[in-house]
Amino acid sequence: MSEELRERVAALLAAHDPATTDRLEFLRARFDAGLAWVHFPVGLGGLGAARGDQRIVDEELAKAGAPDNNPRRIGIGLGMAAPTILAFGADEQKRRFLRPLWTGEEVWCQLFSEPGAGSDLAALGTRARRDGDDWVVTGQKVWTSTAHTARWAILVARTDPDVPKHAGMTYFVCDMTDPGVEVRPLRQITGEAEFNEVFLTEVRIPDAHRLGAVGDGWRVAQTTLMNERVAIGGRPVPREGGMIGVVADAWRANPERRTPEAHDRLVKLWVESEALRLAGTRLRQQLAAGSPGPEGSAMKLAFARLAQTLSGFEVELLAEDGLRYDDWTLRRPELVDFTGREAGYRYLRAKGNSIEGGTSEILRNIIAERILGLPSEPRVDKDVPWKDLPK
Amino acid sequence: MSEPNLLYTDVEDDLRASVRDLLADRADGAAVLGRVESAEPHDLGLWRTLAADLGVTSLHVPESLGGQGAGYRETAVVAEELGRSVAPVPFLGSAVLATAALLRVSDDEHARSALAKLAAGDATAALVVPLSAWPGSPLPSVRAEGGGLVGTVRSVADAAVADLLVVPADDGLHLVEAGAARVTPVVSLDLTRPVADVEFSGAASVRVSGSAAAAVDAALLTGAGVLASEQVGVAQWCLDTTVAYLKERYQFGRPVGSFQALKHRLADLWQELVLARAAARYAADRLAAGDQDAPIAVSVAQSLCAAVAVHAAEECVQLHGGIGMTWEHPAHLYLKRAKADEIALGTPGRHRAVLAPLVDLPG
Ligand SMILES: Cc1cc2nc3c(=O)[nH]c(=O)nc-3n(C[C@H](O)[C@H](O)[C@H](O)COP(=O)(O)OP(=O)(O)OC[C@H]3O[C@@H](n4cnc5c(N)ncnc54)[C@H](O)[C@@H]3O)c2cc1C
Repeated sequence: MSEELRERVAALLAAHDPATTDRLEFLRARFDAGLAWVHFPVGLGGLGAARGDQRIVDEELAKAGAPDNNPRRIGIGLGMAAPTILAFGADEQKRRFLRPLWTGEEVWCQLFSEPGAGSDLAALGTRARRDGDDWVVTGQKVWTSTAHTARWAILVARTDPDVPKHAGMTYFVCDMTDPGVEVRPLRQITGEAEFNEVFLTEVRIPDAHRLGAVGDGWRVAQTTLMNERVAIGGRPVPREGGMIGVVADAWRANPERRTPEAHDRLVKLWVESEALRLAGTRLRQQLAAGSPGPEGSAMKLAFARLAQTLSGFEVELLAEDGLRYDDWTLRRPELVDFTGREAGYRYLRAKGNSIEGGTSEILRNIIAERILGLPSEPRVDKDVPWKDLPK
Repeated sequence: MSEPNLLYTDVEDDLRASVRDLLADRADGAAVLGRVESAEPHDLGLWRTLAADLGVTSLHVPESLGGQGAGYRETAVVAEELGRSVAPVPFLGSAVLATAALLRVSDDEHARSALAKLAAGDATAALVVPLSAWPGSPLPSVRAEGGGLVGTVRSVADAAVADLLVVPADDGLHLVEAGAARVTPVVSLDLTRPVADVEFSGAASVRVSGSAAAAVDAALLTGAGVLASEQVGVAQWCLDTTVAYLKERYQFGRPVGSFQALKHRLADLWQELVLARAAARYAADRLAAGDQDAPIAVSVAQSLCAAVAVHAAEECVQLHGGIGMTWEHPAHLYLKRAKADEIALGTPGRHRAVLAPLVDLPG
């Protein structure tokens, strides 16, 4: 396979010299050559190859100086919407959405959480009512990352309030340019407004933009969430990739601030980061194909803990510089970048890692119940119609 | 030696109640957030009221020097309450650090007259060392030259609102009118205690007799001890606020505080606070007594309380979920204060290193 892949990359580069080809044109050609995400099917940007083979393509293209699709700008599309569309979308939906999603022409966001439904996503109350060929959606979503740059959203809404909460939800693709969609910035502890409040007022969604069956939204959403957790915590990284690399560099650059006690902590964190990286590799090897399971979710637990401990360590190490911050200006960033900017920003942004995409507490419950098979806590809300639940 | 009293006396409780009332009125979460977003992040109106009506600037200044002759136990109670509301006032920089340095050299008449002004609330001062300095750390390199003081000191607490700068230089301790230095506020991690860079380029000053190193050491020791009580206040607010929220936040048809995993986390935090408060009280009591165990007491308190405050603030954000990540919820103000306090006046690691030889645990 690897020889064949290299040949395909060479053919792409020969036909579209990155030095002279328009960026978008190159990305479209790459998609059409099946080199976008090789584990996707032929015709949808892939070759039906193993996930691990992507590395070969990425390395070859990077060597040739080819543009990438700026994954930090389109993380929700790549990590969450795409695998869900692939798993549940009709052929027409896959053809319509995946190519511009991957090239970055269309940014996606995730309209799941609501003020009253975060960990308990299945309690959500945004209502979708059928009206001819359309659905009419009204409700409020919150903490929606990059809604301000998004063209499309993945949305879960309640279509039947009379059945228990898990059974009455349906999954849609929502057009963010619909006049009923209002996006308001929601400022974060970093000073930025990376996330938003999104108010939906009689938004019309054609039934053709439904993903999965009516009432099957919970199952579809699970696919999104499992992929989200892997996207946040389980990305392939080289040694010293991610937060450990940033902190190790800070250590190397600050000899006068070193102490034996700090050194010991750093080396321990380095070891854990390396082991987490290797555990991610093992997981990807087990998962050659198909959707990630609860083990993937568990990766995010360790990822968040390490990102937080490391970034906190760096602020402490920097002492009088750790007391400073780069900029509190309210901005609406285009990118989500956990390791960007300065130490104080990284420390504060990392706090979100154990909340976004399922909190660390919820992930521990998943490990305990779905991996270890421990009994769940008594549930008071499982068999009650959604409309009768305490709110 | 009789056993030190680690409880709060009636007088201390009364003092706490007055400070808490005032802060509830003038420095609730919304007021503090509004203030730190404004062009003048320090609340000098509140500071004047604290000084004039409650006398928080003169508590531990002897009566002979214009103070109330109370002690660091009372000062620590004020710090605890100020921590509980993260009120943006220059208490640590002026009433604690600068005042403690001047008290150490109070044989000098310039020092005495400065102290009288600080105690009366007629002036505010800053001790010109990085807030990250710790007892025994190397001093910044301000030099006294023919034309005045020369040098730059970074990340100085509360300097932006100081009238008077207390400056350790190579030849001793100097007093500098703020207008004679260049004080540049810097964007700070802790919004409620912003730091500033202080630059001297030939600043006129008055030299105070006595050892600068001894004055700074005394100030850093005192400051670190009092800071432990502030950290207890920060942690207590975080615990109280989180407990209240988890009682009212429903997910899965029940209050999230009913999940045992969370109950245990909060029980652990409460337990940490029990230790932190005991250590902070002991440090305040030994500082008040001028006891030789004070350095041990302070390093024990700092090693512990800094970490407890950070842990409490981190739990507060985490257990509030998405709301805890928003600017409009006050949790972040406490997180930023707690994290800056961890660096302030010595990290826990520095204090453990200071402590070890004092208690015969050679490395
Ligand atoms: C930076 C950031 C980006 C985000 N981006 C998006 C986005 O793009 N789209 C989107 O839809 N959402 C997004 N979210 C929202 C996120 O998914 C929710 O905040 C999260 O699921 C938690 O929900 P909550 O905030 O309502 O907290 P709650 O569910 O109210 O939880 C409060 C606390 O209780 C704990 N808890 C809850 N239930 C249990 C239990 N059964 N056992 C033990 N502990 C429990 C939680 O772990 C948490 O600590 C984002 C959040 C953040 C912080």
